[in-house]
Amino acid sequence: MEAGEQLPELKVTPDRYLTVRYAGASGDFNPIHIDEEFARSVGLPGRILHGLWTMAQVARAQTEAAGGPERLKRLSVQFRGMGVPEQEVVVTSRVREVSGQVAVIDAEARQGETRIVRRGEAEVALS
Amino acid sequence: MNASDPVGHVFAPVTYAVGREKIREYAQAVGETNPLHSDLEAARAAGHADLVAPPMFVVVYTSPAIGPAMLDPGVGIDFARMVHGAQEFAWGPLVVAGNEIATEVEVADISARGGMRFYVFESRSDNQRGERVCTGTWTCIVRGND
Repeated sequence: MEAGEQLPELKVTPDRYLTVRYAGASGDFNPIHIDEEFARSVGLPGRILHGLWTMAQVARAQTEAAGGPERLKRLSVQFRGMGVPEQEVVVTSRVREVSGQVAVIDAEARQGETRIVRRGEAEVALS
Repeated sequence: MNASDPVGHVFAPVTYAVGREKIREYAQAVGETNPLHSDLEAARAAGHADLVAPPMFVVVYTSPAIGPAMLDPGVGIDFARMVHGAQEFAWGPLVVAGNEIATEVEVADISARGGMRFYVFESRSDNQRGERVCTGTWTCIVRGND
């Protein structure tokens, strides 16, 4: 990895029931993620993606580019616009700097024009 | 907990036993394709004792510790108005099935600005050998009355 290098984009479309599977897998059963009626009743457009699922996609983009789970040393993100099921999520990542054996990477996740994760910053070990 | 100022309070550690099938279930839900997370032979061939948890599996083993901390009435988060604002994790050694991970959570900071309240929690997770496998910084934002 070199400063300025764009890492491969990660593209994934969460299917209609992804939030239900992720709720079970993660233990986060907040109804805004799994109950359409409840989500609308609190002013949301419908069920929204778990922010931490989206963060996991940002993490996966880093570990896949770097060659394994042991390479990811740190990841911080901010959650913004709400993610929704059945729309493609695109994670983009760009190497900001390389110092010694660690790369610092800027990353974000979008659905269309909506940024759902912004200011992602990853530290990845290069060896 | 000091009811007038919960900042600095550390909740008692909660231990989570990492299961092989839970790693498979989580890896599938987040779309992991690396065989280290699903194929026992591949994980062992790579030198791991068992299936390897993806880094973000931290949300699973910290859940029994961070959930009650966020819900604690002494902290006072209004859940109906809360959104998850930001998240940071810093990882140490990999977590594999069979590990027992103890997590303690501290109320790191509570602040207000722009009509919103910010609640920051720090989670510290250690494996059964006492190695720090992950430190998490969880920022919850609670919108004001509007």
